[in-house]
Amino acid sequence: MRSGIGGRPRRHARNPARVATAARHDSLAPATAGRLSRQKRIPPVLKRFATALVAGALAVTVAGCSSGSGGDSGATGGGGGGGDDKITMGFSQVGAESGWRTANTKSIQESAKEAGVELKFSDAQQKQENQIKALRSYIQQKVDVIAFSPVVVSGWDTVLKEAKDAKIPVILTDRAVDSADKTLYKTFLGSDFVEEGKKAGQWLVEQYKDSKDTVNIVELQGNTGAAPAIDRKKGFGEVIAADPKFKIIASQPGDFTRAKGKEVMEAFLKSNPKIDVLFAHNDDMGLGAIEAIEGAGKTPGKDIKIITIDAVHDGMQALADGKINYIVECSPLLGTQLMDLAKKVVKGEQVPERVVTEETTFTPEQAKQALPDRKY
Amino acid sequence: MRELLRHRLLWPVVVLVLLLLLNVIYNNGFLSIQVKDGHLYGNLIDILRFGAPLILVAIGMTLVIATGGIDLSVGSVVAIAGAMACLRISDLGDQGAVGGVLGAIGVALVLCLVLGAANGVLVAAIGVQPIVATLILMVAGRGLAQLITDGQIITVNSPPYKLFGGGYWLTLPFGIIVVAVVVVLTALLTRRLALGLLIESVGGNAEASRLVGIRSRGLTIMVYTFCALCAGIAGLIISSNVSSADGNNAGLWIELDAILAVVIGGTSLMGGRFSLTGTVLGALVIQTLTTTIYSIGVPPETTLLFKALVVTLVCLAQSPAFRAKVFHRRRRRPPAPAPSDEIDEKVSVAT
Repeated sequence: MRSGIGGRPRRHARNPARVATAARHDSLAPATAGRLSRQKRIPPVLKRFATALVAGALAVTVAGCSSGSGGDSGATGGGGGGGDDKITMGFSQVGAESGWRTANTKSIQESAKEAGVELKFSDAQQKQENQIKALRSYIQQKVDVIAFSPVVVSGWDTVLKEAKDAKIPVILTDRAVDSADKTLYKTFLGSDFVEEGKKAGQWLVEQYKDSKDTVNIVELQGNTGAAPAIDRKKGFGEVIAADPKFKIIASQPGDFTRAKGKEVMEAFLKSNPKIDVLFAHNDDMGLGAIEAIEGAGKTPGKDIKIITIDAVHDGMQALADGKINYIVECSPLLGTQLMDLAKKVVKGEQVPERVVTEETTFTPEQAKQALPDRKY
Repeated sequence: MRELLRHRLLWPVVVLVLLLLLNVIYNNGFLSIQVKDGHLYGNLIDILRFGAPLILVAIGMTLVIATGGIDLSVGSVVAIAGAMACLRISDLGDQGAVGGVLGAIGVALVLCLVLGAANGVLVAAIGVQPIVATLILMVAGRGLAQLITDGQIITVNSPPYKLFGGGYWLTLPFGIIVVAVVVVLTALLTRRLALGLLIESVGGNAEASRLVGIRSRGLTIMVYTFCALCAGIAGLIISSNVSSADGNNAGLWIELDAILAVVIGGTSLMGGRFSLTGTVLGALVIQTLTTTIYSIGVPPETTLLFKALVVTLVCLAQSPAFRAKVFHRRRRRPPAPAPSDEIDEKVSVAT
């Protein structure tokens, strides 16, 4: 910036001098003595603090070792009343980017408590390097099993190899990795996005089985390139391709957000006079689109049928109100399944390579019943 | 005619008209505006409505850029404002209470003012580079917004709040009216008073301005505060439009669109001069481009490329140096190999 040119040189010219003086003062004995005496004035607090720190560090180390050594760790008392076979799990979450993810985290934490698994939880804040750091620290702590939701698909081979060499089994949750060596992890627990898209398509085919007219469909996709967006589009497309009367007349990304869903739907409504069905890759985009449809003077759920995926609370509410016609669940509540799998792999039992989360679908009636005790 | 051809807002206008034409070719009814349920309805209204937050943010950004700075934190401020307002409203006993909603909006905007002032102090009083100072809030602000919303999407059901960004008044979307008021006020304050000139002089040379008696520090702080206020109002419009606050996605990358709008509008990134009309035009070009992509159905995989191409064309068309080279126009000023278009244009403004 040119703005400061007039003023800055002078300040710079003064600064080095000040720095130099400060440096000289620092090296002088009196100053050092002053600092020492200042330290001496508060030794008890410092000492206590330091002791506490050291004790804490020791405790952590002891706890880490004891839980890792497996066998007769109950005797060391570090774990706090755990039995002999108490499992320690290191879990690395993607982040806290959505309500779905928060529900996912809660489910894992609660299930761990119920199953008596000691959970070491870390949040990667959507960065792979944080996640790799977390996994390395779990390996060093010698946890019994590592579970994580990979932030991205690739780049995991090295750290997974390290885990394998340390003989710590790894479970993937929610998202997959593209490692060619399938022995690097024990199993992948998560939703089948293609299947979700298929379920959405099957409902549509069923709804229009008696009709001969063309069905104009618009699609709100997730972020371009995201696995759920690609797979849901694929699954849905495969099912409706069987009948040529189903036509996707427009398909644009709404980035999984309400605001974008609304904006894109507004444009769809204006450029396509006849829309029969909206397929949104998640509830939020569908909720945004509902507002756009209402703004256009049409009735969501009647004039335009709406199918979404996820079944978060707001979406279920809209389904119960009849504004959405069908929701395919994509459940974040995989905690219980994860703990079962973890116990099995620690015992050395064989587990399937791919475990699909238990998920269902909702019609408005089912939504009304399910809403009261919905966790997210 | 030559005057018109040399006008620096010519090219954004040309691109805007071309984009609208492209839409009309694809969809003959693109420009039609109907009255539906007592309010105006049509693509042009949509462009204004969804462009409203961007125009607001870009107006604030224009003034910041005019002082030679830049504000990267606007996107986060957008998220924080929406999150704060929705949080307060969701705590209300009666979400339809006008007083409560106004209170929530007030709290959100005051928070934005504080954040903006913090930016300004970092830049003007402490002397941190603007791009670094505002980067702090850009990163931390997103976290703050998520902290406020607890990582969830807060949904509110409040008719008065809904009016702010999603409702209509006098057949027009309320958001457009808000933006119009802000733009007119800003134009009056900066162009009818000396304020605009003072801001430009700070951007030209802060120290020289100080020496002639302009309080450049105070002005800089004020401009960053104003920018955050604009972003805050934009955040309220965005969150009110969908009756919910999404700390993670609201206003994501809007700072880049805003800077782009400012540049398309012909404001120099070096500071020292600005054009509010240009910025509004720039924001409209960007929003029209977005709407065009949805309407004519550009495949999602090529959307970004398409956008980039159009923006590159606008920028090239605007650059006098480029036009002179390509169209072999007679050089107006013989010794002007123009090291950069900003300087070239500044001369033409001065003459």
